[in-house]
Amino acid sequence: MNYFELFSIPVAFDVDIDAITDTYRALQKKFHPDRFATAADSEKLAIVQKSSEINDAYTTLKNKVSRAEYILKLRGLDIQHETQTLQEPAFLMQQMEYRERLDDISQLTDMFDAVIAFEQTLDEESALLQNKLTAYIENNENEAAANIIRKMKFMAKLQIELERLEDAQVEF
Amino acid sequence: MALLQISEPGQSTAPHQHKWAVGIDLGTTNSLVAAVRSGECTTLPDENGHVILPSVVRYQNTDEKQVGAVALANAELDPTNTLISIKRFMGRAASDVKSSYADLPYQFVGDDDGLVAIDTAAGVKSPVEVSADILSTLKNRAEKTLGDELSGAVITVPAYFDDAQRQCTKDAAALAGLNVLRLLNEPTAAAIAYGLDSQQQGVIAVYDLGGGTFDISILKLTKGVFEVLATGGDSALGGDDFDEVIVSWLREQWDLDSIISPRLSRSLKENAKKAKQTLTDQSTATVNITLDNGTELSAELSKATFESLCTGLINKTLIACRRSLKDADITTDDISEVVMVGGSTRVPLVRQKVESFFKRPPLTSINPDLVVAIGAGIQADILVGNKPDSDLVLLDVIPLSLGIETMGGLVEKIINRNTTIPVAKAQEFTTFKDGQTAMAVHIVQGERELVSDCRSLAKFELRGIPAMAAGAAHIRVTYQVDADGLLSVTAMEKSTGIQSSIQVKPSYGLSDGQIADMLKASMVNAKDDIRLRMLVEQQVEADRLHESLIAAIDADGDLLAEAELNTLSDALAKLLDLRHHQGTEEQLKAQIKHVDDLSQNFAALRMDKSVNAALSGQKVDEV
Repeated sequence: MNYFELFSIPVAFDVDIDAITDTYRALQKKFHPDRFATAADSEKLAIVQKSSEINDAYTTLKNKVSRAEYILKLRGLDIQHETQTLQEPAFLMQQMEYRERLDDISQLTDMFDAVIAFEQTLDEESALLQNKLTAYIENNENEAAANIIRKMKFMAKLQIELERLEDAQVEF
Repeated sequence: MALLQISEPGQSTAPHQHKWAVGIDLGTTNSLVAAVRSGECTTLPDENGHVILPSVVRYQNTDEKQVGAVALANAELDPTNTLISIKRFMGRAASDVKSSYADLPYQFVGDDDGLVAIDTAAGVKSPVEVSADILSTLKNRAEKTLGDELSGAVITVPAYFDDAQRQCTKDAAALAGLNVLRLLNEPTAAAIAYGLDSQQQGVIAVYDLGGGTFDISILKLTKGVFEVLATGGDSALGGDDFDEVIVSWLREQWDLDSIISPRLSRSLKENAKKAKQTLTDQSTATVNITLDNGTELSAELSKATFESLCTGLINKTLIACRRSLKDADITTDDISEVVMVGGSTRVPLVRQKVESFFKRPPLTSINPDLVVAIGAGIQADILVGNKPDSDLVLLDVIPLSLGIETMGGLVEKIINRNTTIPVAKAQEFTTFKDGQTAMAVHIVQGERELVSDCRSLAKFELRGIPAMAAGAAHIRVTYQVDADGLLSVTAMEKSTGIQSSIQVKPSYGLSDGQIADMLKASMVNAKDDIRLRMLVEQQVEADRLHESLIAAIDADGDLLAEAELNTLSDALAKLLDLRHHQGTEEQLKAQIKHVDDLSQNFAALRMDKSVNAALSGQKVDEV
């Protein structure tokens, strides 16, 4: 049973988040281990696995990137455990520039404005990538879509590091 | 309700009898037990009418111990044998505790990497054993008050407790002879107590400042589903630290020696605590102390001074609040209620600062000392099956990321903090040397990048990997966290299927063998026939399994191929035979395991069928 089947919806990139959230809650009401609190330990194992699967399915389907990645996997292109790296010099150059900018920001005593500005740049860049991703997935251009996801993973890492910088400021 | 009897939410599978289940708040300072009686959840009093049991155990000698108020009253007389705030040491390494709590009057023992324990007049006592003594006292109180044996208990833990601390709590309950229905996070319990489960919708912040721990949880309520969006806190920050800043201030005022007697140390702490409590509604507090040489000292502590001393501590809690809001991806404007839990929220400055941070007055109508136990009692009543109509579901999260050590002492996160549990995640690794035949798996918990900055939970080795070129082996490591927040890890080499797994216990928790030994030791004292009891337990288990499987086969036997169905039926027949013809505990246990293993596939098939039924039913409703 794949995640789309588990949620009883067709395999498609466009999903109704509110609807899957309702289904998610209905499924957990039925399969959460708390409903089986008095069952034998060994029986609980199966239910924990089912409930975990429902949680994982919901998290995967809810987020655009993980949903796209999952659809690619269903189409036979598994990039989750790959070791292959991007071969696009232009994109990698831009990443290096972003890294330098991150470094510069970390040197600032008052980084507030710089953080906000950089955050905006990254958000805009990610939004562009996301639009492309939607088009590629819907047109079955799987390799192109996979490349976008690889790029989005780079962007996500930058965003996390930017958040870390910000956090470090707060914790005096 | 057994696994194989899946029912619709809000519908019971069979008529059932009432069972007693309790909620226990195993607190740093105080512990309580609560149960639902005649539809209402109340905390249960002891024979003197007190509901609060101070979490204190005094070990006088091997045969005698005192628990609760009587033990606390003797703390100054017998400081080294009177164990207070033991929860702070749960799941902690000896080296940790020795350095953090060097000025406590206890004789800490234990290897640096092993669990801490304390040498007392009754021998070496681990925090698990001490907690078990507190839990036993509450269990006895409940059974006396309710007039019957308990079917189960919900034990609360700080949301921020890590795996080792949770495991130790569960071990303590097992040692006290309690059947743990669930480890419930304290803030979640408080939210349930406020009845926020029923009609309300919205986002709640629960601010829980107890004696030794601080928790902040952000929960979302939708139609009976409690979703924890984020949780954070500090498992070593609480009211005790407020007392501690007063103690430091007093020592400075009086210019006391850096090393003082255990009696004086205890006396300072108790008086500091009283001063803190006085300052809740007075503007000054007087502290009187008698030194070991008989000199009497006195000091005046003003509210203003106290508040300036503890502002830093309170700000630390607010930083955690800010971070949790961020993790939940919301702002203070989205919060519809703020719930205050824990005795330390009585400090007026705490209330003020929390109110101004969240921009709304917090809910305090339920006594903050009782609220957690009451919530746990309500949940226990539901879990044990007394409220078949309830469709309340709690979706909790793990408080700290779980990771694995990779090359260079770095941590690779496998499950991120604030992931909804239960959860299973797998990650693939490979060998880095030609011909490598073993791989060490080191499981850590925490947010930092270096292994040395995180909490080490367990280590194990996957052996017998066939010799291959570096990078050719595919080792799949799976982390599974259950609804209690407890982790188990499996590693498997994919080409050969060689597998190794661990319930995360050995570094810090007790092994099953140790628990069994302790149980046996405690049973001898109780003059209980342990072997008989264990046999009866297996017989009950055998009956339960037999009954649920027969029902399942009746309903859905057609899901299985004939051969599989026959194998299963034969195994069941053998189980029934053992059960009724003098099967030993070991034989029964082995056959139960065998039947279980055989029926896993059947259970999975039935659940998938049930998922389809659930969803198609839902669609009919929507039409």
